[in-house]
Amino acid sequence: MPGAIHAEGLVKTFGDVRALDGVDLDVPEGTVLGLLGPNGAGKTTAVRCLTTLLTPDSGKATVAGIDVLKHPNEVRRSIGLSGQFAAVDEYLTGRENLQMVGQLYQMRAKAAKARAAELLERFGLADAADRPAKTYSGGMRRRLDLAAALIVSPPVMFMDEPTTGLDPRNRQSLWDVIQELVAGGTTLLLTTQYLEEADKLAHDICVVDHGRVIARGTSDQLKAQTGGERVEVVVHERDHMATARQVLAGFGKGETTVEEHTRKLTVPVTGGAKLLAEVIRELDARGIEIDDIGLRRPTLDDVFISLTGHVAEETGPTAGTEGADEATTSAPSAKEAGK
Amino acid sequence: MSAVTDTVRVSVAKGGGVGQSIRDSLVIARRNVVRMLRIPEVVVFGLIQPIMFVVLFSYVFGGSISIPGAGISASGYREFLMAGIFAQTVTFAVAGSGAGIADDMHKGLIDRFRSLPMARGAVLTGRTIADLVQTALTLVVLAVVAVIVGWRTHENFGKVLAGFGLLLLLGYAFTWIGALIGLSVRTPEAATSGGLVWLFPLTFISNAFVPSQNMPAFLETIANWNPFSATVQASRQLFGNMPAGYPVPDAWPMQHPVWASLIWSALIVLVFRTLAVRKYRSTSA
Ligand SMILES: Nc1ncnc2c1ncn2[C@@H]1O[C@H](COP(=O)(O)OP(=O)(O)O)[C@@H](O)[C@H]1O
Ligand SMILES: [Mg+2]
Repeated sequence: MPGAIHAEGLVKTFGDVRALDGVDLDVPEGTVLGLLGPNGAGKTTAVRCLTTLLTPDSGKATVAGIDVLKHPNEVRRSIGLSGQFAAVDEYLTGRENLQMVGQLYQMRAKAAKARAAELLERFGLADAADRPAKTYSGGMRRRLDLAAALIVSPPVMFMDEPTTGLDPRNRQSLWDVIQELVAGGTTLLLTTQYLEEADKLAHDICVVDHGRVIARGTSDQLKAQTGGERVEVVVHERDHMATARQVLAGFGKGETTVEEHTRKLTVPVTGGAKLLAEVIRELDARGIEIDDIGLRRPTLDDVFISLTGHVAEETGPTAGTEGADEATTSAPSAKEAGK
Repeated sequence: MSAVTDTVRVSVAKGGGVGQSIRDSLVIARRNVVRMLRIPEVVVFGLIQPIMFVVLFSYVFGGSISIPGAGISASGYREFLMAGIFAQTVTFAVAGSGAGIADDMHKGLIDRFRSLPMARGAVLTGRTIADLVQTALTLVVLAVVAVIVGWRTHENFGKVLAGFGLLLLLGYAFTWIGALIGLSVRTPEAATSGGLVWLFPLTFISNAFVPSQNMPAFLETIANWNPFSATVQASRQLFGNMPAGYPVPDAWPMQHPVWASLIWSALIVLVFRTLAVRKYRSTSA
């Protein structure tokens, strides 16, 4: 049985650009699919096709069991869309925005009013409810936009980069809302450039690049696909790097990567903690002082690099997370090299 | 459970039909009127230009433009002029509606609306209704200013109202041109200038400010068939502002200006509404 969102062979071209180049998707009811890809991958185009805003050149899609191309208006009754940029009327208050959207979903004015009040409360906007949305911060607008998409509690939700541009605190609070939504049984298709976000929120992940799905699976499956664990060592002195490299090569199951400016060496391994202990003993025996050593499981960044040969995200969601750290590995900037 | 999901899945009414079209259009119209009241600068600036026209034209050109049947007299020209300025003012609504819709596109609101189970043309219809409200307000203020500078009507109240009715209808028709422009450009600024560039030739090659008889022959023909001239001629007649001996040009629209005005306005609504709604619904980009 096809899922709550199902697409086969979606193609959409804009002039010479193949924004979607044969995309298949299936999102079982009550689950979250993360559409992960860099800028320009085709994520927004996919969302626009599935939410009736755009007709694909070829392919077919159903949402909540309804054919998107044949019965767009029935589909619109069953979906909520929170687009890439918060779509709120700045001159209306938060409350007026929600009531308007509710009424346009064909709710009665009274029901729309009650539902708006409920959502404003839930999204922490009750105090600002009667102020024009123009006075809202970016995070508040985003929440208002999401509340508008949820006004009829649609069974299927689409969110296009819901946390892009938000600070960590707002991102976390939006994640909480999304997790609650999914716990309530909503099917969600979420696009993101943040590997951490897909990892955290999505049951299944589709990695897209240049309009194609280049990998799919759970976060764990994708990590496994990239290879197993690896040992990461930061040596204390730059002079010791060559020796350390020899040692690691002896234990490794693949090529050792060396990062000069951070004095970090990484090598894929099998053997877990026991092997790690052996590596430490050997380095010690050779008199190499180490600042840091650890066994790392691959992140989605590694997945992306191994799949596409380039880094997925331009800026990490939260500086200093493992994800953001990894992103700099293959693209060290001059600034980074200097420290 | 929390508010995100605890309300039973709200039953979305089936909707459809004329009832839904009207309801949705009114929701959007209301939204645009509320916006208008919160950005009163727009309405105020929209008034300054026509008020300046009333004052400048009456006093600067009043003594030098000859009206057939009335000769050269400032007071005669003032009466002749008002219908023209009223008509020009209502057509300027094209810029407001175009810029408003372009702004909604730019802000992603049009995408939001298009993802909702709304009536097809409601977003645009709602916008044009709100613009009609604004146009009516503008006309009221302008009429008061006109009376202050000495404009008088010489027909019964019903005819005067009918004259204003035709002006409003023309303004309404032009907001559909604005809607199409707004959907076709990328920025509100482009919609404003795209809405205004052709309005100047359109309103000046007409009988609005000078009698078409005063123009070279080929311009006179254009002026007589200009949709804009028909409404000017009709409301000028209905206001009783046509000088007694004013020779009516030979062209059909000038002979039957009320019909011509109605037909032109209806035609503009029909054509541009069809094109604009199709463009709004277009899912190619
Ligand atoms: N309306 C459009 N007209 C022309 N090109 C477009 C349009 N929408 C998207 N594209 C192009 O299609 C590609 C995919 O864009 P998009 O779906 O927005 O990517 P993403 O959301 O993953 O960043 C990009 O190369 C983009 O420039
Ligand atoms: Mg995008």
